[in-house]
Amino acid sequence: MHAPVPIPHRAHTTRLSSLARRTSVVALLAASFALVACGSSSSASSGASAPGVSSPSAPATPVPSSFAPTTVTLITHDSFALTKSLLSDFTAKTGITIRLISQGDAGEVVNKAALTAGNPEGDVLFGVDNTLLSRALTAGVFDPYVSPNAATVPGALTAATQDAVTPVDYGDVCINLDDAWFTKNHVAKPVTLDDLARPAYKDLLVVENAATSSPGLAFLLATVARYGETGYSDYWKALRANGVKVVNGWTEAYEDTFSAGGKGNRPIVVSYASSPPAEIVYAADPKPTKPSTSVMTDGCFRQVEYAGVLRGTNHLSAARAVVDWLLSPAVQADVPLSMFVDPAVPGTPLPKVFTQFAAVPTAPLSLDPAVIDAKRSDWVDTWDQVTLR
Amino acid sequence: MQPPAARWFAWLPVVFVGVFFALPLTTVLSRGFSARGVDLLTSAATWRILGFTTLQAVLSTVLTVAVGLPAAYAVQRLDFRGRRLVLALLTVPFVLPTVVVGASFRALLPESWDGTLAAILVAHVFFNLAVVVRVVGGFWAHLDNRYEQAARTLGAGPITVWRTVTWPLLRPAVLAAAALVFLFTFTSFGVVLVLGGPTTTTLEVEIYRRTVQLFDLPGAAMLCVLQMAAVVVVLIVATRLQRRLTVRQRLSRSGVALRPVRSTTDRVLLGITLVETVLVALPLLALARASVRVGDGWGLDWWRALAVDGPTTRDVAAWASVRVSVSYAVATVLIAVVVGGSAACAIAYARRGADALDSALTLPLGTSAVTVGFGLLITFAVPPFDLRSSWIIVPIGHALVAIPLVVRTVLPVLRSMDPRLREVAATLGASVGHTWRTVDLPVLSRAMGVGAGFAAAVSLGEFGATSFLARADAPTLPVQIGRLLARPGEVNSGQAAALSVVLVVVTALAVVITERLRAPGSASL
Repeated sequence: MHAPVPIPHRAHTTRLSSLARRTSVVALLAASFALVACGSSSSASSGASAPGVSSPSAPATPVPSSFAPTTVTLITHDSFALTKSLLSDFTAKTGITIRLISQGDAGEVVNKAALTAGNPEGDVLFGVDNTLLSRALTAGVFDPYVSPNAATVPGALTAATQDAVTPVDYGDVCINLDDAWFTKNHVAKPVTLDDLARPAYKDLLVVENAATSSPGLAFLLATVARYGETGYSDYWKALRANGVKVVNGWTEAYEDTFSAGGKGNRPIVVSYASSPPAEIVYAADPKPTKPSTSVMTDGCFRQVEYAGVLRGTNHLSAARAVVDWLLSPAVQADVPLSMFVDPAVPGTPLPKVFTQFAAVPTAPLSLDPAVIDAKRSDWVDTWDQVTLR
Repeated sequence: MQPPAARWFAWLPVVFVGVFFALPLTTVLSRGFSARGVDLLTSAATWRILGFTTLQAVLSTVLTVAVGLPAAYAVQRLDFRGRRLVLALLTVPFVLPTVVVGASFRALLPESWDGTLAAILVAHVFFNLAVVVRVVGGFWAHLDNRYEQAARTLGAGPITVWRTVTWPLLRPAVLAAAALVFLFTFTSFGVVLVLGGPTTTTLEVEIYRRTVQLFDLPGAAMLCVLQMAAVVVVLIVATRLQRRLTVRQRLSRSGVALRPVRSTTDRVLLGITLVETVLVALPLLALARASVRVGDGWGLDWWRALAVDGPTTRDVAAWASVRVSVSYAVATVLIAVVVGGSAACAIAYARRGADALDSALTLPLGTSAVTVGFGLLITFAVPPFDLRSSWIIVPIGHALVAIPLVVRTVLPVLRSMDPRLREVAATLGASVGHTWRTVDLPVLSRAMGVGAGFAAAVSLGEFGATSFLARADAPTLPVQIGRLLARPGEVNSGQAAALSVVLVVVTALAVVITERLRAPGSASL
């Protein structure tokens, strides 16, 4: 059947001629391969491992001052950051190039390391924290090494490491308060965890879901540490009766529900002790002289981050050198403004915005990593039952 | 004349999906079967979660199809000024990571909806409208409209024409789109996590939680099996239905001429479409606004900040992320087009087992990305197969999701192709291969334009698997946006908004380019 000729209408999209189309396809392919070639970084770590360095029984061995050019792969989470010049200085001094792989949040990173223990994707792991440490140690993720640069780190931070990893930094998950809101509404700011359950603070608190969020879990652990395993569920019942709002993640809680910054209407949120100085550093110009938020120093939960050499690495000595470098004065002085955590090595100079505005909890709460690992699932289930159902 | 034997086309997709999906999945699942897993299966909480997941997926699908059909018609059949812009605007949400639009959504929706099913449904419609508009619309654009014209000549009103002529012809494409939307919403992760609340847990979120937070692989494996079983059931039903509803028809090769807007029906449908476009554009406009808002005033500070590398390892210039995102997208499109095209041919030509192959290839869409990610990690860990740090692992992951999309867009077109065209070629003395090249391939490549656009969109917007499989390169656009949003302060949220606008623009460009690369219209016989 002869098809009627369609009435020409400007609606026919301008089609490229056959030749032009083929040329553009080829050009696109060529451009894409160029992108691909430029895009792929150098393939897996190159050859020479460090020239004969001392025995594996590490701690007292000094770091050799130079290595043949080596690449050490540092696996970490998405929140990792350091000033780039520190890495290039390190390479200039030692010949070791650090290749960074950031692979999701701390939980994902540790789980991946646990699944690949003995045949790791990299050489050094940074970012396992005290809620995940036991899981990593049980899975045999690390080649035990404690950096000699960590000799002065307080015992509270090195407890439970089983001499396998080195603490690099610590932070506190604390209740953050919107000072402007409390001033405007003539309400006294809460001071202790018990205050949060008082009627004066009804419908003012937002917390993150302990099942899906790291600060949410930390706050739950703080209540377990404060009220004990038999008492924390009553506390959460009281919070629920007092109108606590639970959201799934930190961004939803801090950016969308917290009243500082004007987007939400709840002036009490679970965040970090370093959030007030971060508010100043990351504010639009002109930067405010003081933060609009403050921290409730009672009920903070201590989070410690560790770095360790991965078991099965081909660059053992270079990897140890990288761990030492993480504890070096230059890097320790950098972590406050890069990652908004406190350096583990005492006596490290802190930036002004930290000394002025970062609150130091007097008695942060903490729990044994092994206990956390064993009981966390049950605690979260109970919390879910009590708070949400 | 028979089309080429299906097995010529089947081996490539089967090998690809077998090696990169089935193998890693079985590796992970095999670690999972244990008493603990069975406990989980029989617990009330699991069935509650499964029930909620199914409910929200069904509601989302119905709503999205209902909202999308008028838009599909208006954009692909009517001619009006700004048509391409509307099409691009409706497609763009598909790529946006939820975390980006989450804030805008919360601001636009009433607060009582916060964290409830209603918010999830609205968000699902927003993100998946593109699927209906493109899959159904793409097919609709090639429907021969002479049947409708004949019906009109015989006196049928618009509703009768729709009911008796258009809808039966269109059903396979609508079913394909509905199946896709169901799969996306059933396994939806970002929307449920960001816009839902702690009480609206779905299977996917629970699997993620068990795998990552609790490191409970047996439990996660069990839930993964449950999820896959549900998906397989839906897929089998959908493919059987689609096959039965396909009508052999002569699809116009160059696309039907677009109609000017004259009748009342057309006006109403166009009006609905424009309202939908405005609603979809609102969160996008909010993003653009946030990217130029500095403190209490306006400025380009965030854009300038994006243009340069910052001092720390996290401050990556936008250009680096664009380059990485685009290179992944190009690789994904290449893999998806070749493997997906072969798969579509295999399914269309197969005499037996077509449904099984179709369902098997679509399974990656219904499987938890985290599970497959872990599986890839464990399976490809030994040299010479140590792909863990290889560049190609990310496009492979993206392609696993893109291939079913390509198949679903191409298959209805292939199936509806008039077999007499092949017979004519045979009469003229063409061999099987030559016939395929000159008759089937042009039809295939026409439909492939839409499929390729989808593959590019999926790759550009992918967040979960990419951040999981990330390499030492600069992060992709969505991953970098997510990192920026995880920190307080306007410096970060402003840059995130600006980078989101970049993502939107890059996606729109990708979609437009793949549209233009379609084969030129040929003269009618």
